[in-house]
Amino acid sequence: MEVSHRSRQRTRERIIAGVLLASGLISILVTAGIVFALASETVGFFRLVSLKQFLTDPKWTPMFDPAHYGILSLLAGTTIIAVGSALVAVPLGLATAIYLSEYAPDRLRRVLKPVLELLAGIPTVVYGYFALTFVTPLLQKLIPSLDVFNALSAFITVGIMITPLISSMSEDAMLAVPRSLREAAYALGATRLEVAVKVVLPAAFSGVVASVILAVSRAVGETMIVALAAGSTPKLSLNPLQSIQTMTGFIAQVSQGDLEAGSAAYKAIYTVGMSLFATTLGLNLFAKWLTRRFQRGGRL
Amino acid sequence: MNRPNSRRSAYRRQMDRWFHAIFLGAVGLAVAALGLLLWQVLKDGLSHLDWQFLTSYASRRWQQAGIMAPLAGSFYVMGLTALFALPLGLAAAIHLEFYAKENWFNRLIQTNIANLAGVPSIVYGLFGLAIFVRYLGFDRSILSASLTMAFLILPVVIVNTQEALRTVPQTIIQGAYAMGATKWQVIRTVVLPAAMGGIMTGAILALSRALGETAPLITVGAWVFLTYLPVSPLDGFTVLPIQIWYWSGMPQAEFQSLAASAIIVLLIVLLTMNSVAIVLRNKYQRKAEW
Repeated sequence: MEVSHRSRQRTRERIIAGVLLASGLISILVTAGIVFALASETVGFFRLVSLKQFLTDPKWTPMFDPAHYGILSLLAGTTIIAVGSALVAVPLGLATAIYLSEYAPDRLRRVLKPVLELLAGIPTVVYGYFALTFVTPLLQKLIPSLDVFNALSAFITVGIMITPLISSMSEDAMLAVPRSLREAAYALGATRLEVAVKVVLPAAFSGVVASVILAVSRAVGETMIVALAAGSTPKLSLNPLQSIQTMTGFIAQVSQGDLEAGSAAYKAIYTVGMSLFATTLGLNLFAKWLTRRFQRGGRL
Repeated sequence: MNRPNSRRSAYRRQMDRWFHAIFLGAVGLAVAALGLLLWQVLKDGLSHLDWQFLTSYASRRWQQAGIMAPLAGSFYVMGLTALFALPLGLAAAIHLEFYAKENWFNRLIQTNIANLAGVPSIVYGLFGLAIFVRYLGFDRSILSASLTMAFLILPVVIVNTQEALRTVPQTIIQGAYAMGATKWQVIRTVVLPAAMGGIMTGAILALSRALGETAPLITVGAWVFLTYLPVSPLDGFTVLPIQIWYWSGMPQAEFQSLAASAIIVLLIVLLTMNSVAIVLRNKYQRKAEW
């Protein structure tokens, strides 16, 4: 009796371990599924379109006749959004992080942190609405020549959206800097600004850079704000005052309709998806590499 | 103290004060952005928000349009997403925390989860379109949407659950082992009850992410004009964010203010979920003083 109970128990333990392992494996399957789905259509795409055209054609017009498939104009749109939003979010996010970690009294910090979390928790479609109905009209008052759909309004709003990401990750990196370093600097007569800029920021530098890269990766993958506010006209230009289209914006625009599977446009959204996936994965891996160096106490 | 030195020190202190103001200004700007956003939404949306709006279907006349179908769709999709993602995420987290040996394979799983969390949501939409809508033939349905959302939030669920499991003190785990419990008995009777608050908090936060997502569901094929309530998981669907996106993009200001009304409803649901998560976290933290 005792023995069979034991062996039954052992079998049960083994089954449970197996089920748990299988659940862990599903995440690998998801990655494999994503890569497979993207890659198989991408291969089909390059049977229709040469790699040379894809990389050098200045036009992207898969829905028109004659169709052009030059990713450059979508890349230009994505670059405007990514760089522009970083220009907004890096100063704002860093200043917020420095204020929270070096200046803010404890009581104020406890109020500000949840407010910033709230900002980070707002769905992106709500930001899109805000860009379209508030930011764009405001900008049009300042710049009368501005298109209704324009990159400027979109990247300002994306910048607001990613600011809490930079501020919270950078603050974590700054809080991880040992107190002893700060106190040594204060003992030498440094002001708070000098401690923040000359001691804390350099020590937390790789963590701060990692937060910026992750935020840029988010901006590259952001869809709803650009789909609503930035327009849908791919252009090989870096002028933020006109309507553009990003990689994400194209996927959202074209996949809305009932796309015929196997059509060139269907293959094109997967090829753009593959480019997007590769870009964000590269950025994320780079950020992780930086953070690992940072955790080992390395410096940039 | 000699004179030039004290002048320099005054200058340094002056700079410190200036930058203190600049940093505070940046924080103020971020807070102001949140305030402006909320103000804009409330100003445009409050007037149309009434019972009729909550209980009407989509309409071409803005006076009669409502959000019954997207609201029901959001809850339907979220419920199925929870059904798929939570057990799977919990099991994967238990595997990684208690069963996985320290080897290359389990490190691969962990790294892979971290990378999946950084994949843009619209790429999950492409994945869902290829696998669930086309390959498995679920079509543009609640089921396709829920499965896509489940895989989208799975990495977040796993990571949040792992963090909750890690807060259970080793002492009580070792205590249970010492009394002769098997590994699964320890997990089921000691670890899971102790970590439940944290697990639920993480699950609610992950689900609230799914509730606000729009882009992947555009790709999976949400409808924008639905005049029936979904019954079967294979029915067509729409959700609140999709309806907001559709109305926001309309040229008429009246429809844009309908978007604002729908945003208010969405934010109220999200805020409620987050409050529940915070209450759970506080309750759990008080109980967990070992």
